[in-house]
Amino acid sequence: MTGFASPLEAYLLVAALLFAIGLAGALTRRNAILVLIGIELMLNAANLNFIAFWRYGPHPEALTGMMFAIFSIAVAAAEAAVGLGLVISIYRHAKTTDLDQMNRMKG
Amino acid sequence: MSVIFFLVAALTVAGGLAAVLFKNTVHCALAVTVAFAGLALLFLSLDAQFAGFAQVLVYIGAVAILVVFAILLTRGSETPQSGVFSKSWFTGLVIAAGIFAVLGWAVMQSAHALPQQAAAPAVTVHDIGVALVGRYVLPLEIVALLLTAATIGAVIVALHEKERTQ
Repeated sequence: MTGFASPLEAYLLVAALLFAIGLAGALTRRNAILVLIGIELMLNAANLNFIAFWRYGPHPEALTGMMFAIFSIAVAAAEAAVGLGLVISIYRHAKTTDLDQMNRMKG
Repeated sequence: MSVIFFLVAALTVAGGLAAVLFKNTVHCALAVTVAFAGLALLFLSLDAQFAGFAQVLVYIGAVAILVVFAILLTRGSETPQSGVFSKSWFTGLVIAAGIFAVLGWAVMQSAHALPQQAAAPAVTVHDIGVALVGRYVLPLEIVALLLTAATIGAVIVALHEKERTQ
């Protein structure tokens, strides 16, 4: 019913689109929290690629791809916690989350 | 490829787009939650039940709540006068569009060479549990250490300056 050569192609295109949206968010927004949201979207797009290749690729070892995605989710959660902690710390210091105004290395 | 896939994919992409485009930061956080939920549905449609539910628990349950807390603690819900997009937004948009063009072109070109396994890999939650404490026990321990370090690090970084110097 569709023009896709394989179901994997459709999933890869969705993941590429999500990655581009996340990258656009990370590069264009002023608010540091929204930059982190963009990075989370990019990580999720990568996870979708892992799971899609795990499902449609040849799998002599059925668990490997799934494990990679699960560990990737755990690392992304740790990254989000530290990133948002840093944003809160910077807000306490500079009273802003606007990245365009954070142009000093020295506190 | 079914109608459901297109509906879920459209929901996910719309959630992601809304998260990037909305002016109010709280609305962005809610939109990205919709995108996370759509991704969880995509994982379920790929027969990855465990990853789908882990996505719901970790992203919708933890990361989205964390983002909302960060927005409330930093008064990020106030829309700035100078606009929500940075000065160099056009460059960023061009870079993102270029990367999507390259990725999309690469996927399209290799469409016929992509693997197409009809049968889903037979993986149960029991298999995952056995593998996590068997073959993958070292990565599991390292992730546990990483999560502990990240939790302690996030708390120390976000502590008040005065309390830290005492």
